[in-house]
Amino acid sequence: MLKFTDVHTHYGSIQALKGINIEINEGEIVTLIGANGAGKTTTLMTMCGLPQASSGTVTFEGEDITKKPTDKIVSNGIAVSPEGRRIFPRMTVFENLQMGAITTDPKYFEEDLARVYKLFPRLQERLTQRGGTLSGGEQQMLAIARALMARPRLLLLDEPSLGLAPLVVRQIFEIIKEINEKEKMTVFLVEQNAYHALKLAHRGYVLVNGEVTMSGTGQELLASPEVRAAYLEGGH
Amino acid sequence: MSVQNQKLDMLSLLKESGLAALIAAALALPLAGFKTFDVNGTLTAETRFNWVLVAAVVVFFGRMAISIGQKTFFPSMGQAAGGAAGSIGDVINQNRTLLLCLLLAAVIIFPFTPMANRHSLDLAVYVLIYVMLGWGLNIVVGLAGLLDLGYVAFYAVGAYSYALLATTYDLSFWICLPLAGIFAASFGIILGFPVLRLRGDYLAIVTLGFGEIIRVVLLNWYEFTGGPDGISSIPKPTFFGLAEFSRSGSDGLPPFHELFGIEYSSLHKFMFFYFLILALALVTNLFTLRIRKLPVGRAWEALREDETACRSLGINPTNTKLSAFAIGAMFAGFAGSFFATRQGFISPESFTFIESAIILAIVVLGGMGSQVGVVLASIVLVLGPEIFRELAEYRMLAFGGLMVLVMVWKPKGLMSKRNPTVLMHNDTNAKQGAAK
Repeated sequence: MLKFTDVHTHYGSIQALKGINIEINEGEIVTLIGANGAGKTTTLMTMCGLPQASSGTVTFEGEDITKKPTDKIVSNGIAVSPEGRRIFPRMTVFENLQMGAITTDPKYFEEDLARVYKLFPRLQERLTQRGGTLSGGEQQMLAIARALMARPRLLLLDEPSLGLAPLVVRQIFEIIKEINEKEKMTVFLVEQNAYHALKLAHRGYVLVNGEVTMSGTGQELLASPEVRAAYLEGGH
Repeated sequence: MSVQNQKLDMLSLLKESGLAALIAAALALPLAGFKTFDVNGTLTAETRFNWVLVAAVVVFFGRMAISIGQKTFFPSMGQAAGGAAGSIGDVINQNRTLLLCLLLAAVIIFPFTPMANRHSLDLAVYVLIYVMLGWGLNIVVGLAGLLDLGYVAFYAVGAYSYALLATTYDLSFWICLPLAGIFAASFGIILGFPVLRLRGDYLAIVTLGFGEIIRVVLLNWYEFTGGPDGISSIPKPTFFGLAEFSRSGSDGLPPFHELFGIEYSSLHKFMFFYFLILALALVTNLFTLRIRKLPVGRAWEALREDETACRSLGINPTNTKLSAFAIGAMFAGFAGSFFATRQGFISPESFTFIESAIILAIVVLGGMGSQVGVVLASIVLVLGPEIFRELAEYRMLAFGGLMVLVMVWKPKGLMSKRNPTVLMHNDTNAKQGAAK
């Protein structure tokens, strides 16, 4: 579905990604784990053109999207729930959801809204509340819901567990699983919380200093001694 | 124990009041301590240190009185003030529609009341121009969050385009009005393209520069704009091309009073100006209220909140900002052409930076993004200096003090609460609950 071929990304003169190859197949949950500063967020944002790759190609459903502007990529079927959630704090929950649907045809709005309500009944209860007054977990739900309102076929999630209590993290991961299984949504998940992410994902990649050092199924990576030593020891 | 406390209190009270008096004296020294005279063409100054002393003493006891009053009546001053202001705001919000209708009715009836005379109508028109400019700038600053310090440039473009079109090509006001809006909007786009990649402070500086460029061009392009001489005898608008506001009528148009078969009154012209700017301002307001509910307006507000999030949602920030800039400029252009026709004379003098600053102050003081706030702030900022006219040279001092008070009392502006664009009524909630 989405394919990275030898992708390099730079921020000015600083190179963040050094030739990355990643493949995401339809219906999968693929996770990318790594330490702080490894380039996980850059990888995810390069998928939607923020920033664009400086060399290599990104293809989505066979189409080259390397140099496409973000608004075209989003209306083409890739939505992102960015790092740190980034919901609009002064807007209500409903308005936040409307913002998510800004690139889609209005005729789908009601249908998408109903779908999101079913996944996140908590948000439906809080429609008139301002985004900034929600709890961290609810804000994360809103960020995912907002991304879903763009009717994506590929959902990019950047650290949905960031700053959340373990119980809430489990809840969020349950929802991601549900979205994948029931909605047949392809999910690309960037996580620090390697244990949960690998347990959930079909496949995973390990990123170190802008390069992919390992890949395999979630179970394989969980069992691998290197991954255990670097990301899981003393964890979970 | 309590005696000691009181003593301490007394000491801190004296300290506080002393400090306030010291600041007052320092401020009063240059403001009131010297008075300049013009004696046979040479400037001499007379010292008035007794005035400085009076100011310091007044502030000393004033500050003391405030402190004592606070401690006696409002032990938790901050909370009390916040609560009171909040409840007033709530009352306003609850009866919003009713209050606004009453206000609108009052504003429409006003010219027919005995209170209406040349002076009061002129003043009202003056306030309404700033209300309209405030509403226009509110789109740019309040909704889209783009700090524009050169808004007056678009006002000037509107004014000059009407003045030049009307005096050179003899076009009527009603044709020039939309043209002025289009010109101003295109200037907004021309400015916007290169600068809208900038954010915050940088954008503010560039717009400030742009405002000055327009003014300097108007000042120096003598053949085209008349330079510092300005443009005079700008024609007045006709009554929608049907009648004219003079005793006898001209250009083949009948006079207004004959068309309607009423007594001639010189007030008719001023009433017409009043209703014209009222209509223009209301159009601006209705446009803003409407567009806030449309995707583009929502995108403006989202852009103000978080540009990065907007990008990741697939909003094109450049186009979105550009549309806000152009539409804000368009309304300034409308207001500008009204200004030109009302004054009958314009020169670059009318479009200095201080105008931009006042319009921006109206938006900020009103509470960024609040439409009602703009009205309140325009009244305070435009009528304020008029009311303080009696104070002669201390007028601006009182004006500045007023602004400081507003910002101390309501740091986020007079109306700081953002209203959601979609109101969920209880019945829709109930329906959703039932559906679930």
